Amino acid sequence: MPAVTYVSADGAREQVELAVGTTLKDGALENGIDGIVAECGGNAMCATCHVYVDEAWIERLPERSEVEDELLESTASERTAASRLSCQIKVSDELEGLVVQLPEEQE
Amino acid sequence: MSATITSDAPVSRLDPFSERFLNDPYPPHRELRDAGPVVRLERYGIWAMARHEQVHAALNDPETFRSAAGVGLADFTKEKPFRPPSLLLEADPPEHSRARRTITGVLSPKRVRSLREAFEREAHALVERVVDQGRFDAVDEFAEAFPTKVFPDAVGVPDKGRENLMAYGNMVFNAFGPQNEIFRESAKGQDEVREWIAEMCLRENLRDGGLGADIYEHAPRHEMGPDEAALLVRSLLSAGVDTTVHGLGNAIYCFATHPDQWAAVHADPSRARAAFEEVVRFESPVQTFFRTTTRAVEVEGVTLPEGEKVLLFLAAANRDPRHWEEPDRFDVERRASGHVGFGSGIHACVGQMLARLEADVLIGALARRVEAIELDGEPELKLNNTLRGLASLPVRVHPASA
Ligand code: HEM
Ligand code: FES
Repeated sequence: MPAVTYVSADGAREQVELAVGTTLKDGALENGIDGIVAECGGNAMCATCHVYVDEAWIERLPERSEVEDELLESTASERTAASRLSCQIKVSDELEGLVVQLPEEQE
Repeated sequence: MSATITSDAPVSRLDPFSERFLNDPYPPHRELRDAGPVVRLERYGIWAMARHEQVHAALNDPETFRSAAGVGLADFTKEKPFRPPSLLLEADPPEHSRARRTITGVLSPKRVRSLREAFEREAHALVERVVDQGRFDAVDEFAEAFPTKVFPDAVGVPDKGRENLMAYGNMVFNAFGPQNEIFRESAKGQDEVREWIAEMCLRENLRDGGLGADIYEHAPRHEMGPDEAALLVRSLLSAGVDTTVHGLGNAIYCFATHPDQWAAVHADPSRARAAFEEVVRFESPVQTFFRTTTRAVEVEGVTLPEGEKVLLFLAAANRDPRHWEEPDRFDVERRASGHVGFGSGIHACVGQMLARLEADVLIGALARRVEAIELDGEPELKLNNTLRGLASLPVRVHPASA
């Protein structure tokens, strides 16, 4: 199972192994990692599952859909080139070693 | 042929649109969940799913479970819809996608957040009013008073005639069921209501800068003309009022009947938003929606033929013990995320952030002022083929000592 690291807003790192096909949002919630609200339950409606992917990974992730791109305009913390919605990214073998940073604010 | 393929399916004689069922849906919901992952409802010749896993899966498989043949009992491929179909609710991709992009552009979480201040002013005034009264009807004077003011304000609908909004929503949601007495009663004398709604959907009647006018502005970006924009405004007016009113009424009912849970919200009003999520799970304002199969599909060993109506019990899924711990317990500290009270997948409620904002602001304001809420008479249900909510809810509130 690919290992993914979540880095909290205050810098704490947590590495977890996630089953292929799990979303990064579910991976965090199922492992009790704070910092993702996911109010809409993964339906691309709320933008409270915002994460920043580690620089090295920006180009390696599948591209944002138009819906994700538009919704990222609504994040509570600033949007950057590294911004993604964690409910829209599914874990795959290619993502082994992925590091994502959680934002200060989600709501 | 179909008789042989479907012979393994459990069969139920329950009528989900009978007064008996609607009055107390939870025991029959359990019966349907326990009967199997998919159940034949003999009376209407349709299928039902009541477990979380299958309901969630069907909502997320629009290629197999389509909406364009209607999300009510009527099959639009065989019967004429009672109104021109919704471009959102009663549509499939690719048409649905264009309409959806238009409306999500307008109702972005950012835009919805910008409404907070105006909502807070209204909520504050309303809470002061009911606290002064001490005893009041939490439906009429509270759960209905708030959304029927702030929602049309946000959409940009003029003041005159707003009482039509509730009547229209009630009829629309009844029309997803059979043409029973409940539906007929709500459809009586509705010509004027429908005319008013149609007028309010026209650009010239919508305030500049409101959500309705914004729909007209966004529509051309997704190749939608003014007639289509009008139908999208109609979607907001149909789906955005009764649902929220019932959600707020059900919330006050849950709090009045679970004083410890209200105490927790009162102690920390920032819990209001999560508490509302639990209300939507526990007393789901929208109980059911239909889909129609686009092909023969196997569900846990039962084959549903093509073109069949499938009734998805959102409210039953929200209390499925296969998914939830102690589902029949109302617990505001529960992580209710994952419920299907706002649907799921491509048709997931586009107004959910707006509904949450209304609830957050109103319940939050009440929590800051009121220490205890108690029933002050028997609540009365408002029967509807699709919605669950109250017609009246007499309560007494005790203000917190300042
Ligand atoms: C607590 C309040 C609400 C509840 C429980 C609720 C529930 C739902 C549900 C269950 C669906 C899914 C329909 C399906 O899958 O076929 C839905 C869709 C929809 N809702 Fe809501 N809703 C609420 C408030 C609102 C508000 C405030 C608005 C308008 C701003 C709204 C507008 C819509 C629209 C337009 C759709 C159709 C979306 C589509 O088919 O793509 N709803 N709602
Ligand atoms: S969970 Fe709501 S957008 Fe990702």
